[in-house]
Amino acid sequence: MRLSRPLRTTLGALTIAVLVMIYVPLFVVLVNSFSTSQSLVWPPPGFTLEWWGKAFQNQGALSALWTSVQVATLATLISLVLGTLVAIALQRYRFFGRQSVSLLVILPIALPGIVTGIALNNAFRTILGLQLGFFTIVVAHATFCIVTVFNNVQARLRRTGTNLEEASADLGAGIWTTFRLVTFPQLRSALFAGGLLAFALSFDEIIVTTFTAGVGTTTLPIWIFQNLFRPNQAPVVNVIAVVLVAVSVIPIYIAQRIAGAERVSK
Amino acid sequence: MSSDASAPPLKRAGVPAPAETPARRLSVLLSRAPRLRLGLLLTAPLFWLGLVYIAALAALLVTAFWTVDSFTGTVSIEWNLDNIVTVLTGAVYQAVTLRTVGVALLVTVIDILIALPIAFYMAKVATPRMQRVLVILVLMPLWASYLVKAYAWRSVLSEGGLVDWLVTPFGGNTPGYGLHATVITLAYLWLPYVIMPIYAGLERVPDSLLEASGDLGAKTWRTLRSVVLPLLWPAIIAGSIFSFSLSLGDYITVNIVGGASQMLGNLVYTNVGAANNLPLAAAIALIPIAIMIVYLGLVRRTGALENL
Repeated sequence: MRLSRPLRTTLGALTIAVLVMIYVPLFVVLVNSFSTSQSLVWPPPGFTLEWWGKAFQNQGALSALWTSVQVATLATLISLVLGTLVAIALQRYRFFGRQSVSLLVILPIALPGIVTGIALNNAFRTILGLQLGFFTIVVAHATFCIVTVFNNVQARLRRTGTNLEEASADLGAGIWTTFRLVTFPQLRSALFAGGLLAFALSFDEIIVTTFTAGVGTTTLPIWIFQNLFRPNQAPVVNVIAVVLVAVSVIPIYIAQRIAGAERVSK
Repeated sequence: MSSDASAPPLKRAGVPAPAETPARRLSVLLSRAPRLRLGLLLTAPLFWLGLVYIAALAALLVTAFWTVDSFTGTVSIEWNLDNIVTVLTGAVYQAVTLRTVGVALLVTVIDILIALPIAFYMAKVATPRMQRVLVILVLMPLWASYLVKAYAWRSVLSEGGLVDWLVTPFGGNTPGYGLHATVITLAYLWLPYVIMPIYAGLERVPDSLLEASGDLGAKTWRTLRSVVLPLLWPAIIAGSIFSFSLSLGDYITVNIVGGASQMLGNLVYTNVGAANNLPLAAAIALIPIAIMIVYLGLVRRTGALENL
C-alpha cells in the first residue's frame, strides 16, 4: 500500500512518542533509586549509592526473592508438562468438546485475576480446609501459566505440520521415538519461550498470589507491595524495582530473539 | 499375485527390527488407538484445570449463597440469597460496578487507539530490521514487573514529581492521584497485551491485498477501513479481552495511584481480608465473572479467542 509521506511521518512520530511514554516512568524509578531524598521528588536533590547497598542486605527482600524463584520454577515446570499435553491434543486431534477445552485453558487468564484469586482462596480454605502457603501459590500460578506454554506450543505445532511425524512413523519409529527424535526437537525453542514467559508471569503475579499466599509466605511482589507505603523503605523499593526491570527484561529479550531468529530462518 | 511369492523377501538395509520391549508394545497399542492416545494426552491437563479451576469457580458460586456466622466469623452453610440481593441492590455496589466497568472500557478504548497506529507502523511501514528492534523496544519494558510500573506512575504523578516539575513553570499542577491516574496507569500496564495481538493480526494481512486495494483505486483511508479493519477485528477484540478483564479485577493499581476511589477488586479484597466475609466477597466476584461471560460469549463468534 502506498502511504503518503506525511502519514508515514505521523505514524513514525507517534511510535516514538509512545516509546518515550513507555520508558520515561521506568527512567524516573531508575533515577529515584540514586536520589538522596526519601520522597518521590523530581528532580532529585542529590545522588547516593546508599540505597543500593541497603537493598542487597535486606533480608526480607532477599528471602522473598528466593521464594519467588522457587514458586516460579515449580509453576513453570508444571505448566510446561500440562500446556504441552493439551496443545498436542488440541492441535493434532479433532474431537467433541475441543472448543470447550481450549476455552478452559484460556479461562484462568481471561477472567480477572481477582476472580481466579478468590475462587482458589475459597476452594483451598473453605472447601478443602487447607492451610494457605507455598504450595497453594504454586498450584494457583501453574493454573494460569499453562496458557503461555499452550500458546507457544500450539503455534509451533500448527506451523510444523504433521509430515515429519508421519514420515518417522512410516519408517518404523514408535510413538516414543518419534516424539523424542522428531516432535520434541521441533518444539524445543517454543517450550523454552513458553517456559520463560510462564516464569516471568509467575514471578510478577501479585493479585492471585495475595489471595493464595496466606500470612507466612512472602513472594517478592508481595514484599514490595507491603513496603511501598513505608517512607523509610521507599528508596530500597526503588532499587529493587530497577533490578526487577533489568532482570525481567532478560528472559523476554531472549524469548523475542528466539522467535525472531526462527521467523527469519523460516 | 504369483510374482509376489517369487520375489525375494524385502530387505530393510541397516534397520534392525525393533526389539519387543514393553515400551514398544505400548507404542504399537497407542499408535493403533488414537482415542486412547488422545485420552492419555488430555487426562492430566483436564484433571488439573477441571479440579483446580472449574471446581473452584463452581464452589465460589455456591459460597455466594452461604453466610458468615456473625459471632464466630466462620462460614456457615445456611442457604440464602442475602449476599446476592445485597450486591444487586446496594447503592455502593452499583456505583462501584459502574465505575469499574467505566474505567475498564475507557482503558480498553485508549489502549486500542494507541495500539492501532503503533502496530501498523511496526508491521507495515518499518523495515524488517527496524521492525524487530521495535517489537523488542515496545514489548520488553512493558512485560517488566507490574508493581514497578504502577509505582513508577505514582512517582511520576506525585506532588513534587516529574509531572509537577514539567507543568509548574506553566502555572499547572500535577493531577495527582485519583481515577484519572488509575486509568492512565492501567492503560500503560495493559498496552503490550493489546499491541501484541493487533501487531500479529496485521502481520497476517498480506501486503498484496493492500496493493490490490490501491490498484482498484482505494485511497489509504478507504483501504484501512474496508480491507484492513475487517480482517483485524478478531485481533483487536482479542486484545480488548485482556485490557478489559485485567482492569475489571484490578485493585492494586487503584491502591497505589487511585487515591480514595474504589473498584470491584477493592471490595472483594476487603471482604476476604479485613471483613473476613468470604460469601459476600464471592457474591461480589460474581459481577466481573458475569460481565466476562457475557463479553466472551459475544466475541466467541468473531474468532477472537483463537487470536489470544
